[in-house]
Amino acid sequence: MIAALNWGIALLVLGLAIWTIVARDTFAAIVGFVAYGLLLTLAWVALRGVDVALTEAAIGGGLTGVLLIRAAAKLRRTEAASNAEHPGVPTRVAAALVAACVTAALAVAVLALPDPAPTLAPETAANIAATGVGNPITAVLLAFRAMDTLLEAIVVLFALIGVWSLAPDRLWGGHPGPRHQADPNGVLAFLARLLPPIGIIVGVYIFWIGADLPGGKFQGATILAAMWLLAMMAGLADTPPVSRTWLRLALIAGPVVFIAIGAAGVAFAGAFLGYPDGLAKPLIKVIEWALLPSLAVMLALIMAGAPERTAR
Amino acid sequence: MTDAPTLYGLCAAALVGVGVYGFIVNPQPLRKILAFNVVGSGVFVLFGAIAHRGAGSGWGGDPVPQALLITGIVVAFSATALAVTLLLRLADEADSVSLASDTPAPAETDAIPHGR
Repeated sequence: MIAALNWGIALLVLGLAIWTIVARDTFAAIVGFVAYGLLLTLAWVALRGVDVALTEAAIGGGLTGVLLIRAAAKLRRTEAASNAEHPGVPTRVAAALVAACVTAALAVAVLALPDPAPTLAPETAANIAATGVGNPITAVLLAFRAMDTLLEAIVVLFALIGVWSLAPDRLWGGHPGPRHQADPNGVLAFLARLLPPIGIIVGVYIFWIGADLPGGKFQGATILAAMWLLAMMAGLADTPPVSRTWLRLALIAGPVVFIAIGAAGVAFAGAFLGYPDGLAKPLIKVIEWALLPSLAVMLALIMAGAPERTAR
Repeated sequence: MTDAPTLYGLCAAALVGVGVYGFIVNPQPLRKILAFNVVGSGVFVLFGAIAHRGAGSGWGGDPVPQALLITGIVVAFSATALAVTLLLRLADEADSVSLASDTPAPAETDAIPHGR
């Protein structure tokens, strides 16, 4: 039964991936990609990676899908011209050969994986008690491999700075994205009033249980960002001008707290990002609480795009 | 009967191949970004299948690669967002998003002798 389910998911995922590549219409391809992201979430559950499944659903399928759909709508006028540049049969055959070789090489590697598989699970289990958290993934993200998580937060921040810096000079410091107008009595405005209180609770809950159960700051921050985006799209809230000092402070607060605690580790625990004995869990909590709002603001503003209107 | 990690590992290998094909063949930059995301998710699933093989200590997968996967998905999103914004700016500035160099007529490209 489970095996049949796995075969079904794998074949559907593969079919949707092929659809996103061969569909003529870009919009249809991206809708296929969103469905593909949601089905991948099931694959992650089958692979026992529930934390990864949550991240894939929120960020891989959700945010990336919305981003691509909006871009496709803006680029629609260029689509016909680009389609005229379709490569000839020789290029396609060569591309298919390259793709088949890559797949064959990976498939051989999959079938030749060592048995028993190398694993760091026993080491994680032996040391997780020192961190005080119950979810091994949170322990890895914020204790054993905290450097990765710090750099990841900074990568998201740099992506936002990169997005902003693509604004034309005269609009620098202005509001990102267009000012959305929606019918104040319409369904969108209704949902934008109804859902945020529920979404904020769900987001904070997913963040809060991340210490012991699947969940965490990235998944929670994505839900919080989605609620803000919903209010923006319904015209209930405007994007803040990127020149605002409070906004800049909100963005850097999380990484700054993370770096400060990391630097304190040099003095008190003998290593950058080291935690003194017995203080690991409180420090992890402080870092997570500081990162959550910063990440939510970063993700929402990355989605909003480059400044398009001058600040009033 | 194939076990789950092997099945999804082979599925991931096929996903990477499908993505590579689309990345080369689709002329639109947005479709290339989409294909690149398919390659990326294929790599993630492959890594996830390997993580599941390393299950132990009562967990369904090796938590270290799973944590790295979460980092990877977030970084892939950041890179996609930057690429999409670059593309939108290009469309604003140039009114076309062609990747062809100087868009020569097809007949001329064919006339270029091999080996140059």
